[in-house]
Amino acid sequence: MSDTLTIGGKTFRSRLLVGTGKYPDYPTMVRALEASGAEIVTVAVRRVNLDRSKESLLDHIDLKKYTLLPNTAACYTEDDAVRTCHLAREAGMSNLVKLEVIGDEKTLFPDTPALLAAAKRLVKEGFVVLPYTNDDPIMAKRLEDAGCAAVMPLAAPIGSGLGIRNPFNLRIILETVKVPVIVDAGVGSASDAAVAMELGCDGVLMNTAIAGAKHPVLMAEAMREAVSAGRKSFLAGRIPKKLYATASSPLDGTFF
Amino acid sequence: MEERAVEILLNGHPREIPPGATVATLLRELSLPATRVAVERNREIVRKPEYESTRIEAGDRLEIVTFVGGG
Repeated sequence: MSDTLTIGGKTFRSRLLVGTGKYPDYPTMVRALEASGAEIVTVAVRRVNLDRSKESLLDHIDLKKYTLLPNTAACYTEDDAVRTCHLAREAGMSNLVKLEVIGDEKTLFPDTPALLAAAKRLVKEGFVVLPYTNDDPIMAKRLEDAGCAAVMPLAAPIGSGLGIRNPFNLRIILETVKVPVIVDAGVGSASDAAVAMELGCDGVLMNTAIAGAKHPVLMAEAMREAVSAGRKSFLAGRIPKKLYATASSPLDGTFF
Repeated sequence: MEERAVEILLNGHPREIPPGATVATLLRELSLPATRVAVERNREIVRKPEYESTRIEAGDRLEIVTFVGGG
């Protein structure tokens, strides 16, 4: 069965998107990316290290295998986010961006009016915009109407590992927009990822849950399996929840 | 008389570069592959095909960025 994810005209087999930050070292990151099965990996845009003795991330990522998704992390204004996207496009020669406009340093929640304004500008300039947003169905719709290629609501604050805090809002978002819905941020464990997929989300994006685990490579594998299992469970159609039991074995033919 | 070195601001820090330097010669001096970076000169993106022809002037503010690990 072919079950693929299409974003901005590009088709992917994996529904797990992973970050490249916070790994203990590059070899661990490389093995975790491999174990995750992800085809899209996020990266940040920063000043180059002018100290040539330091290795660079791109020495370790096979660009034939992975699609880079540059983010605008740490941008607090529309202008900084747009500027970062321009630089990312020039560095990576691709129009794909994960748009973040952060509103508050403690929660890292998005500044959604600035996010929407930045998204509109970038879409006009030909970017394929994947916005990190909150779990607000109205904002998700606004972002879709602005031409975003997907919406990426948070499950919980970035790096918090709190899991899916509001599954009901995610369900409403899924009913509200037609573009792919990718849960971005807040996932802590494999069951969180599975829940997101069982709700019907099109994908899950995570970084800390893997990179911060005691065994990142093993967690990457767990996440790959959880996303896959959650997706299959969603497609298979779960049974309704009932308060009382229904026997699984026949009542006919009992001999007692 | 030999021309004096040109002072610029590179990634927020003062730096002296040889007169007549272009974006391309600066990247070579820094051993930075052009394919992996983006360059902004005075807040304007310098497109890759323009690296050879873009002369760096005294007082220019240059940003050279690349991709690093992130989520």
